[in-house]
Amino acid sequence: MNSQPLIACHECDLLQHEVALPEGGVAHCPRCGAELYRSHPESLERTLALTAGAIILFVIANSFPIIGIKLSGHEIQTSLFHSVRLLYDDGMTSVAALVMVTTIIMPALQLLTMIYLLLPLRMGQVPPHCALVFRTLHGVQPWAMVEVLMLGVLVSLVKLAGLAHVVPGIALWSFGALMLVMAAIAATFDPRALWLKMAATQ
Amino acid sequence: MSQTSASAASLGFLSCHSCGLLSQSPPHSHGLRCPRCDAALHARKPDSISRSWAFLIAAMISYIPANLLPMMMTSTLFGTESDTIMSGVVYFWTSGSWYLALIIFTASILVPMLKMIALMLLLVTTQLRLRWQPGQRAKLYRLVEIVGKWSMLDVYVVAIMVALVQLKGLATILPGPGAIAFGSVVVLTMFSAMAFDPRLIWDPVEENAKND
Repeated sequence: MNSQPLIACHECDLLQHEVALPEGGVAHCPRCGAELYRSHPESLERTLALTAGAIILFVIANSFPIIGIKLSGHEIQTSLFHSVRLLYDDGMTSVAALVMVTTIIMPALQLLTMIYLLLPLRMGQVPPHCALVFRTLHGVQPWAMVEVLMLGVLVSLVKLAGLAHVVPGIALWSFGALMLVMAAIAATFDPRALWLKMAATQ
Repeated sequence: MSQTSASAASLGFLSCHSCGLLSQSPPHSHGLRCPRCDAALHARKPDSISRSWAFLIAAMISYIPANLLPMMMTSTLFGTESDTIMSGVVYFWTSGSWYLALIIFTASILVPMLKMIALMLLLVTTQLRLRWQPGQRAKLYRLVEIVGKWSMLDVYVVAIMVALVQLKGLATILPGPGAIAFGSVVVLTMFSAMAFDPRLIWDPVEENAKND
C-alpha cells in the first residue's frame, strides 16, 4: 500500500498518489500530461519578496505617464488611468471598464490578496478570512493582463512614431518591469506550500 | 508514478476547483463546500457544455461586428478616416512594418478565430462523448486557455491612441463601436473556455475501459 497522499488531476480527474519531487522538479499527470504540481524551493518567501517589489512598481506605473507625443508645439502625455477616463468621456463605458478592470483592478487585487496571505504567514499568523481571500486570488488571476497591455503600448508606440515625436514615460519602464516581476510571481508561487504553511501555523 | 486508472469522481472523491484539495463525497449530496477553502464542490462543473456553448455562440455573433465596424475614427484637417482591424493590418503591411502587421493579424484575427474553432471542436466531440484523441484534445484546451487574453491587444492600442492623439484642429482619434464588439469577443471566449470542463473529455474514455 502506498502511503503517499492521493491527488486528482485538475484537468482529467485521474486519481493518483503524490510523489516526492527533487528540487525544481515538476509532476505531470500520466494520462493527460497536465502539470500537477512542481517543487518550488522557498516558494512563499520568494513570492512575498517579489510581491512587495511588484506593489511598488504598480504604484509607480499608475502614477506617471506611459507615453507622450510632441507635434508642432503640442505636447500630450497619458497615464493609464487618463486613457480610461477619456474612453469613458467618449461614451465607451464598456471598453473603459474592460481596460480598467484588466489592467488596474485585477492586477491590484492579485497583488493585494497575495500580500494579505503571505505577510502575516511570514510573521507566524494566519490572516482572517484566508479561504475567501485565496478564492479571490484564484478567480482574479486569469483577468490580470499587464503583459498584453505592455505589447499594446509597444504597438501604439510604433504606430505613433510615424506621426509625431514619441516620448516614453516613466510608467512605460515600470510597466515593463512589473510585467517581468508578475511573471516571476506566477512561476514561484506554490498554492500547495501556502496551504501546508497555513495548516502548520494554525 | 503510481496511479489508479480511474477518475476521482468515479471512486467517490471530489477535487476542489480552487485549491485542489481532495475530499470524500457522501453519496447523493448537494451543495457541498471545500473544507479547506470553502469553494463550492462539484464532481464536474455544472451545465458545463451548455454554458460553454452559450458563451461561444454569443462570441461568434460579436465576432462579425468586431471585424466590420471601425475600431477607431481618425479625423484630421483632410477629413475623417475609419479603421477596422483589417485595415490596420493592411496599413502596417504596406508601410513596411510587416512584423507589426503580423502581430496584430495574429492577436486580433487569427487567435480569436482559431480559439472559437477549437472550442467548437472540443464542445462537439465532448458532447458526442467521442473517445477520439483525448490527449490531443486536452492539449488543445490548455492552449486555448493560455492564448485567450492576448487578443485584448487591440483594445489597449485603441485606449492609448485615443488618449494621445487629441491635437485640437490637427488630428483627433475617437474610439469606434468595433472596440466594444471586439472586447466582447475576448471576454465571451474566455468565459466559454472557463465554463468548459476538460475532465468531461476523459469520462467516456474511462467508461469504455471499464466495459472492456
